[in-house]
Amino acid sequence: MASPARIAPGASVAALLEISGVSKSFSGLKAVQHVSFNVAEGEIVGLIGPNGAGKTTCFNLVAGVYRPDAGEIRLAGKRIDGWRPDQICRAGLGRTFQLVKPFAGLSVMENVVVGALNQSPSVRAAKAISASIIEQLGLEAKRHEPAGALTLPDRKRLEVARALATGPRILLLDEVMAGLRPTETDRMVSLFKDLNARLGLTILMIEHVMRAVMALSRHIVVLHHGQVIAAGTPAEVTRDPAVLECYLGEDAL
Amino acid sequence: MSARWLDDVPSRGLLLLLLLLAALILIPAFANDYLITVLILILYFAYVGQAWNLMMGLAGQLSLGHALYIGLGAYAAAALYVHFGISPWIGLWASLVIAAAAGGVIGFLAFRFGVAGVYFAILTIAFAEFARLAFDHWPWVGGSAGFFLPVANYARNDLLNLRGSPTMFYYLLLAMTAGAFLLCHVLLRSRAGYYWLAIRESPDAAQALGINLFRYRMYVVVLSAAMTSLGGVVFAFYYNNLFPEQVFHISRSIELILAPIIGGIGTLFGPILGAFLLTALAEGVGEVMRAIGLDVPGVKQIFYGFCLLVVVMFLPDGVWPPLAKALRLDGKPSQDRSGC
Repeated sequence: MASPARIAPGASVAALLEISGVSKSFSGLKAVQHVSFNVAEGEIVGLIGPNGAGKTTCFNLVAGVYRPDAGEIRLAGKRIDGWRPDQICRAGLGRTFQLVKPFAGLSVMENVVVGALNQSPSVRAAKAISASIIEQLGLEAKRHEPAGALTLPDRKRLEVARALATGPRILLLDEVMAGLRPTETDRMVSLFKDLNARLGLTILMIEHVMRAVMALSRHIVVLHHGQVIAAGTPAEVTRDPAVLECYLGEDAL
Repeated sequence: MSARWLDDVPSRGLLLLLLLLAALILIPAFANDYLITVLILILYFAYVGQAWNLMMGLAGQLSLGHALYIGLGAYAAAALYVHFGISPWIGLWASLVIAAAAGGVIGFLAFRFGVAGVYFAILTIAFAEFARLAFDHWPWVGGSAGFFLPVANYARNDLLNLRGSPTMFYYLLLAMTAGAFLLCHVLLRSRAGYYWLAIRESPDAAQALGINLFRYRMYVVVLSAAMTSLGGVVFAFYYNNLFPEQVFHISRSIELILAPIIGGIGTLFGPILGAFLLTALAEGVGEVMRAIGLDVPGVKQIFYGFCLLVVVMFLPDGVWPPLAKALRLDGKPSQDRSGC
């Protein structure tokens, strides 16, 4: 297993994403309550928890789909809660959707070009960026196929490709490993490791595939009933009795 | 510098397109008056169909009130000509601005307040109906009694004032249709084109990728409205009479969306093919009915309905996509859009 967190205590790693005291209710149902955690620049953080814990709601709050009822969200120091998703994307946050939303009638290439236009001045430049990202994700054989014809694992890859193409500083991944075979998971894991190491890409990921979470995350935040019940290194979190009880189960690892 | 907008056009497609254009340029030399009037109708529907297709086919915004822009364009240029003797070439700028503003108001109301899908379509119908009622009661442009442009026999075509023979209108519409086709082709390959397609396919994903939905929806509505209004200018100067009950009527809005639906929504060649198929076949049916002595009123509308039914049932993407595939015009593997 990858060596757990080595961020020296007190090391002043600037938080790229700061979530403080964020709450959101849907007609009385408290989906997220007073959630606070930070994602430091260059870090990979896993967000885990049982189904219905509020993980995706958390993502949607950060990405601007919902406006928080309370609390603050900062990206690189700037308050972004209340911004629209496109503004947040342009500020440097890319996200994937748990229920993939490919542009079904467009080709894989065109899908990624739409994302790449966020960071490039011309269509021609966007195409060049897209070609390299498509290759990194192993989609080059399918670049001209309509996205609607892809298998689920390929759609997941396309989600990642599109989000990466926007040129984000921080990438929000919502269960991109779900449905992948172990070898495909390993490939995706090594891609994210590489992007993180080479480009310093910061990643916040919701993931149920513990194999991937453990391999990637230096920090893990555990949500349950909309609240953070544990946070720390993978080793700490997996020993936490509360986490074991509500999510991992006695023999999960 | 190589023409970038030709980048991914299959050469067969380009060749066929140029042949079609050449044929259309030469036809008036051989055609009789009747054929010219049918061709004018075809090109008119191809042009306004293309303008509507830009909004619906590319950006997924369903308008069922495009008669509004036809009518505003027609009345603006006609009123300036009749009341002040202003050439339609100047008047058309008023048409463009007024139609674009109307499109802007509808778009603003819809997109600011999240009116989407069917409700957006209803909003477009409502505005066309407002206009119909308003023009019915506006004496300056004739009210419900109609607005007429002076008609006389012209020895020569007066292109400056758009007074002249059907052949002149034919070439004018041919130029407009070709221009609209080219404009849409270039737009499709631009940032806006990619963004519109993305918005059509999934607004949520588009927004998450940094696309300002409001802005790009506004662009397409305003552009489509302005383009459509030019069709209205030609309509006014070709028919020389305008009645609110006809120009703004919802049947006009429906009529102009048939060509792109039958040809293939979202394809560049669909509106042109659809206009040819629909108009030529409808005229043909009319001729046959007259020939066998069955002059039934409304036979054209029944025929339109029948065509629509057949296409929706058997060719839901329209006639062009399968045809393009058969002609192998849907492109080399290096490009992915139907409609050469």
